[in-house]
Amino acid sequence: MRKFFVAAAAAMLATGAGLFGAHAADKLKVGFIYLGPIGDLGWTYQHDLARQALVKELGDRIETTYLENVSEGPDAERSIEQLARAGNKLIFTTSFGYMEPTLKVAKKYPNVHFEHATGYKRDKNMSTYSGRFYEGRYIQGLIAARMSKSGVLGYIGSFPIPEVISGINSTMLAAQTINPNIKVKIIWVNSWFDPGKEADAAKALIDQGADVIMQHTDSPAAMQVAAERGKLAFGQDSEMIKFGPKTQLTSIIDNWAPYYIERVRAELDGKWASENTWDGLKEKMVVMAPYTNMPDDVKKIAEDTEAAIKDGKLHPFKCPIIGQDGKQVECKGEHLSDDQILSMNFYVKGIDEAIPGK
Amino acid sequence: MQLVLEKRAERSATIALVSPLIAIGLTLVTMSILFAILGKNPLSALGVYFIDPLIDGYSLQEIAVKATPLVMIAIGLSLCYLANAWNIGAEGQFLIGAVAGSWLAVKTQGTDAGHWVLPAMLLLGALAGALYALIPAICKVRFGASEILTSLMLVYVADLLLDYLVRGPWRDPKGFNFPTTAEFDPVATVPVLIEGGRLHLGAIIALAVVAAGAVLLGRTINGFEIRVVGAAPRAARFGGFNATRLILLTFAISGALAGLAGIVEVAGPVGHLQPGISPGYGFTAIIVAFLGRLNPIGILVAALFLALTFIGGEQAQIAMKIPLDVTKVFQGILLFYVLACDSLILYRFRLIAASSKVQSGAH
Repeated sequence: MRKFFVAAAAAMLATGAGLFGAHAADKLKVGFIYLGPIGDLGWTYQHDLARQALVKELGDRIETTYLENVSEGPDAERSIEQLARAGNKLIFTTSFGYMEPTLKVAKKYPNVHFEHATGYKRDKNMSTYSGRFYEGRYIQGLIAARMSKSGVLGYIGSFPIPEVISGINSTMLAAQTINPNIKVKIIWVNSWFDPGKEADAAKALIDQGADVIMQHTDSPAAMQVAAERGKLAFGQDSEMIKFGPKTQLTSIIDNWAPYYIERVRAELDGKWASENTWDGLKEKMVVMAPYTNMPDDVKKIAEDTEAAIKDGKLHPFKCPIIGQDGKQVECKGEHLSDDQILSMNFYVKGIDEAIPGK
Repeated sequence: MQLVLEKRAERSATIALVSPLIAIGLTLVTMSILFAILGKNPLSALGVYFIDPLIDGYSLQEIAVKATPLVMIAIGLSLCYLANAWNIGAEGQFLIGAVAGSWLAVKTQGTDAGHWVLPAMLLLGALAGALYALIPAICKVRFGASEILTSLMLVYVADLLLDYLVRGPWRDPKGFNFPTTAEFDPVATVPVLIEGGRLHLGAIIALAVVAAGAVLLGRTINGFEIRVVGAAPRAARFGGFNATRLILLTFAISGALAGLAGIVEVAGPVGHLQPGISPGYGFTAIIVAFLGRLNPIGILVAALFLALTFIGGEQAQIAMKIPLDVTKVFQGILLFYVLACDSLILYRFRLIAASSKVQSGAH
């Protein structure tokens, strides 16, 4: 009920704003498809924050529309097409599962431009974009190894896709530079957002000796469990400090605003072209929340590492990299190529578990 | 003076006919008030919800696409419910049908298999759905296990099986570990009826199912048996009807239809197998079955109407920035009024003097 009133209030505000706005007819229409409800934090919330920033920046020239809670099943294609039919000329589809539907609609509407998050299929009117989240994971790995007393990290995984696997590897490569014997326990919850399962996973990991909890899922449930049990944890997607003021070390924050503003500008200037964007800390698509609940020397390591990654002096996947099987991973340059990271399907040495389904 | 609810001597045929209309009328009034509170013009909001989708070819197609699986599943469920057999697990039968049919699509992928693939997939889907539905049916007639619980629990089994398959053995080798099969080949895809649209052969199958359901219930001995067993089990026993056989039969039919709906959905609008292929069709169909009064034509109307609220709700989000939650409130209010008005079929309001000792709501 509370949610409903909030929605009602938001709708009233939106109408009020509409009354005083300029005429919509000559504005560029920009559409968004959201996976979840917007809520107060998490993946969809971050995309909507970026949409709001976009409106703030270019609000006099554009009009935005979003559809929330669009499941990745048979409804997605219709929802995307509805936005195209409603006159949106640039449409952001913000979850991996929209890849095929976006591709289908893009073929039907050659004059509409599409931006698909985290996918790998493109077309002449369909770009893809994602963040180099593994860069943030590297910093987390260093902090975790310094802060862990038990030498066991707990990792809550969503799906064993390359983005998540590369995050685990990046964490461990960093942690091993501090403690070569560091261990990681991984629990897959097979969901991006399931507070119940995430909390259970956090409890199980702590029971298995983990004292720093990391997550590649959306909810603050793990943070709350860690706070209750007096352990430490990292947030994900959003700032989660309010769920663990004495628990959160930092959080990897998705910051889509600069990209959205840049792409809409390009569209307004008639310079939009299909691209594959993969930005990280340097471009501020990946942002670290303040480093908290750690001694100053650990904080300094984190800050220095962040600066080094931004300057290009440090690459988390610097070669040589030894795989779980003890063999050196093929490497053609100083570090693994983007393609290798984007299709990563192996664990590095020091991880005892197996990738599910492999 | 006191207002009481009093049981009618017999069910009112007039109210049975007009109660859905009263319910819709009350819903429209309530929603208008809600829209006004939200600061939207109620007339234009209702127009976006109910009129715009009906005067636009694209939206009409989408309504049919959305209603197709609901119709197929709900017709099967109505047979069960009429026979007093409570199949709550259509969602699971839907998923199993999708899995079984997809097996063939995955196995023939990239081969030069001909046009027999799709019909065989549909057959497999229906067969698997029927067999899956027979598990709770057999547990009921053989061991007396509650089919409500067993059929519901089997939903999660089906869900996890699908999950396992698309994350493991059937995963698209080129899909970067993402949990989905590769896109099905053209011979394993349900053809669309209108070029450029999404309306597919499944809609015709759904209409055929409606016709078959109407014939079965209205014109055949089996249909008569189903209705008698449900309405008057004792009379059915005296009449020599075999209730056990009917439970198995209705479960098998409803499972087959749910399974068929599953594979049609996967081989049609989705185009590949992945988790989340059903936004709860198996459960929504239960509502559709009852909204349609367990009558095939009623179910068709109810499914189309529910689909209309989905499509209209989406367009309201786009055109008037009405939040999605309002669509959900709207659907809830509609169901509430339908159930409330239906009680007037068996009950009626009466004003009586305050001193009277008559109790209300006799059962």
